[in-house]
Amino acid sequence: MSSWIEVGQIKDIPPLGARVVQTGQGDIAIFRNSQNEIFALRDKCPHKGGPLSQGIVSGKTVTCPLHNWKISLENGEAMGPDSGCSGVYAVKLEGEKIFLNLNK
Amino acid sequence: MANKEKLVVVGNGMAGMRTVEELLQIAPDKFDITVFGSEPYGNYNRILLSPVLAGEKTINDIMLNDVQWYTDNHITLHTGETVTEIDRKNCIVKTDKGTSARYDRLLIATGSNPFIIPIPGHDLPGVITFRDIHDVDLMLEAAQTKKHAVVIGGGLLGLEAANGLMKQGMSVTVVHLMDWLMERQMDEVSGAMLKKSLSEKGMQFMLRASTKEVVGKGKVEGVKFADGTTLAADIVVMAVGIRPNIDLAKKIGLHCERGIVVNDTMQTYDPKIYSVGECVQHRGQTYGLVAPLFEMAKVCANHLAAYGIGMYRGSVTSTKLKVTGIDLFSAGNFTGDEHSEDIVVRDAGRGIYKKVVLKDGRIIGSVLYGDTVDGAWYFQLMREQTNVTDIRDKLMFGQAHLGDSGHGGNVVANMSDATEICGCNGVCKGTIVNAITSKGLFTLEDVRLHTKASSSCGSCTGLVEQILETVLGGDYSAPEAKPMCGCTEHTHEVVREAIRKQKLTSIPAVMSALKWKNADGCSSCRPALNYYLLSTWPKEVSDDPQSRFINERAHANIQKDGTYSVIPRMWGGMTTPNELRAIADVADEYKLETVHVTGGQRIGLYGIKKQELPDVWKKLNDRGLVSGHAYGKALRTVKTCVGKEWCRFGTQDSTAIGIKLEQLTWGSWMPHKFKMAASGCPRNCAEATIKDFGVVCVDSGYELHVGGNGGIKVRATDLLCKVETEAEVLEYAAAFIQLYREEARYLDRTAPWIERVGLSYVKENVVDNAEKRKQLAERFKISQQENETQDDPWLMRSTEGRDQDQFKPLKVIA
Ligand code: SRM
Ligand SMILES: Cc1cc2nc3c(=O)[nH]c(=O)nc-3n(C[C@H](O)[C@H](O)[C@H](O)COP(=O)(O)OP(=O)(O)OC[C@H]3O[C@@H](n4cnc5c(N)ncnc54)[C@H](O)[C@@H]3O)c2cc1C
Ligand code: SF4
Ligand code: FES
Repeated sequence: MSSWIEVGQIKDIPPLGARVVQTGQGDIAIFRNSQNEIFALRDKCPHKGGPLSQGIVSGKTVTCPLHNWKISLENGEAMGPDSGCSGVYAVKLEGEKIFLNLNK
Repeated sequence: MANKEKLVVVGNGMAGMRTVEELLQIAPDKFDITVFGSEPYGNYNRILLSPVLAGEKTINDIMLNDVQWYTDNHITLHTGETVTEIDRKNCIVKTDKGTSARYDRLLIATGSNPFIIPIPGHDLPGVITFRDIHDVDLMLEAAQTKKHAVVIGGGLLGLEAANGLMKQGMSVTVVHLMDWLMERQMDEVSGAMLKKSLSEKGMQFMLRASTKEVVGKGKVEGVKFADGTTLAADIVVMAVGIRPNIDLAKKIGLHCERGIVVNDTMQTYDPKIYSVGECVQHRGQTYGLVAPLFEMAKVCANHLAAYGIGMYRGSVTSTKLKVTGIDLFSAGNFTGDEHSEDIVVRDAGRGIYKKVVLKDGRIIGSVLYGDTVDGAWYFQLMREQTNVTDIRDKLMFGQAHLGDSGHGGNVVANMSDATEICGCNGVCKGTIVNAITSKGLFTLEDVRLHTKASSSCGSCTGLVEQILETVLGGDYSAPEAKPMCGCTEHTHEVVREAIRKQKLTSIPAVMSALKWKNADGCSSCRPALNYYLLSTWPKEVSDDPQSRFINERAHANIQKDGTYSVIPRMWGGMTTPNELRAIADVADEYKLETVHVTGGQRIGLYGIKKQELPDVWKKLNDRGLVSGHAYGKALRTVKTCVGKEWCRFGTQDSTAIGIKLEQLTWGSWMPHKFKMAASGCPRNCAEATIKDFGVVCVDSGYELHVGGNGGIKVRATDLLCKVETEAEVLEYAAAFIQLYREEARYLDRTAPWIERVGLSYVKENVVDNAEKRKQLAERFKISQQENETQDDPWLMRSTEGRDQDQFKPLKVIA
């Protein structure tokens, strides 16, 4: 069963920005970096639950707005000496469209 | 002359020569001195071989006593000669070249030898140690033609070697047996941070790796590990430790254990023979850092001079790593035990980690990473076994935040004269201050020459510069060179200058012109660049929301649960029943639990969801309320008292002047937040003297105060000047703000900025020079008209529908 859901278009997210998809499983942050790559993380920092979608994006990381942890967009892991992981979701781009898969 | 005693020194290194220098100071005519050294040089600063390898210094830079110095001091120097025999009965030393010399007193200072792991292949050409100039030459030569270096040993020496080789263009892998780097100086967390920073510089690591063999035919080709894997290598640097060099001492039958055993006067078991440096063992300890060796030298010189005073009682040591761009400090027992407690501060975003270990209210160890300013202070508290129970809650903020209210200075201003500044040479603050004032010193070089502070490893240079700054005031200008962040080598000043001079008008343009290391920058430099661009080119530049911290992007303060606070502006702290009703209605409608009267004379509403913000704003806008910028590095509040309108002591209309100030300046972006206040008389009910800009009304006009801060570290304002009219108050305020906006570093409040540039500098620009003041005020007014600065950001995002996306979910999936 295919469970890819179209959630919007790449132009809906500013470069180096993020938007939120609200789901039954909680908020999911969809990020776009300067290379127009798309990433999806659970919108909850592994530290104290800060909304990662509101952080500053650079390279393939986002800095949590609450206490500055840096989280990898690729695997949701806290970088450096901090440890913890915010869940990752599968996302893909097809042309301009963004698809999210809640099962992966 | 003829009846002088003869002193022979074996070993022309740092400890031996320091002893001779000390001796020359206190008893210049007592001895005929002869020195033997295996190395073909005068005495050089071994510590600084690391910067030489990294290309930051030359051999000439690190000479401590060149050959001329020996001649000048009538010392006979034999370089390139190794003492191989000592006839203790007849008191004669002999060298491998056949030279001999008679002594009355002998000083053995043979240092130590690098340890070489006796694995197969350890003697292949291309296996290098890191101890002397010869080794550095070998490495520099290899770096010219070869590519891959493996450094065995992830301690201080290994990392400095690896860093140097990398700077020379080699690809370097550090192989370390332990779980983390510098395990003898760092705990696991700081060790991991260190590894991360070094990895970002390009260093590669293999931890928990045990080297079994160096492989190669006739020269090094690789390294083989216990698990069977191999790593290709053109050179292998062994930096696994040192062993006291006691070959000669053993040979002549002096009592040795791990080192040459000495008593508290640095005398060996032969009363004619003294010993200092890494070769000695004192009270069971051997040392591998210069600070203790220099303490030994002092004591030893004293006894050679037959003063008979001074005892060496062992040393507590601290460590710093000399890799440019990495600040690290470690001392004492930083792992603690079951009876100790740790206090830890950790800010991964800024790459800062501080740990202090306490036992019975006293510091027993500390590790600092990223911010080492307070290392000297903790070290002093530790060595003096000061009870820190009373200052425990402030300990981690550092000495600068220690209870001095009012006019705080820089870090060293608060240090006692007995605080040790230079750990290597044991120089205290008092000694430096004294030398500066009594000898009229002006530069770092002067201080180095006269006190030796900062002349060894150099890591206290910053503190010495601060002392110069404190003592000389405006006469001293410190060369400041901290890069903005890890993304660039450039300082804030250089970046600002480039933006101005090269007319750079976008973040990508700055990053490419100044060769930023990370394509997108980071969460620390992007907001700074965005501010510098906006404040330099208000007409040309457009704002980059993605380079703003969330609060400024959302025009509200994010709270710990991800909701936001909304604080509307109350001009000069004034409100009306209508405004209060509007606030009450919003609080009711959105069921807000918290309505708080803020510390800035206005009302804060808490717990609003991001999606609701535009609606809330609209309701407030409709009733005449606008954004209070409580979230911005921007003009915040202007507090006032009721003033002459009501108060029996009021001298001027402080409320009106406050409102006018706020109308003039609101919306303006600043390096940091900016607060003002106006009090109607010197009773100062609006607390104007802890504000960035404060007005205190007096009968004859207005006192203008600047540089106050009521936050983490309280600082009372400096009096800028007195003026007579309201118009002048406004002009001076605009000019002062503009100077701060144009020149302060991002995230500098006015207080630290003024402490750095000096009040007189501010006065020169804002008070003394009317022309400059007018120009500054004019530029401020222009910037207030550009870039929608004084358009209410709430109105634009509510009624005018700007930037709606960020307040809405991309999609809602049921
Ligand atoms: C809301 C308020 C507390 C209150 O409910 O009373 C407040 C709340 C915060 N203050 Fe404050 N400060 C508030 C008045 C003050 C004052 C008093 C004043 O302005 O007269 C001070 C001391 C005066 C000063 O700044 O010199 C003050 C000194 C600080 C500091 C320390 C600044 C410093 O330079 O040392 C910080 C930390 C920082 O800025 O890095 C801070 C940071 C904060 C932050 C922004 C922390 C943060 O980053 O989340 C808080 C935001 C909470 C929020 O979302 O509203 N707040 N803060 C006050 C808002 C006033 C307003 O109407 O805008
Ligand atoms: C790369 C590097 C970086 C360092 N960084 C730091 C640092 O940041 N901070 C710090 O505190 N310490 C540091 N150290 C350690 C510091 O340099 C040593 O502790 C100090 O130099 C030891 O002084 P010493 O006089 O005992 O030995 P040395 O300086 O080694 O002097 C001994 C001299 O004796 C000579 N000699 C030996 N045997 C004979 C003989 N039989 N006849 C004649 N001459 C002989 C040797 O050739 C040598 O020149 C560093 C060391 C190195 C190698
Ligand atoms: S004092 Fe601290 S807790 Fe209180 S509002 Fe200010 S920053 Fe927040
Ligand atoms: S909640 Fe993300 S850093 Fe604290």
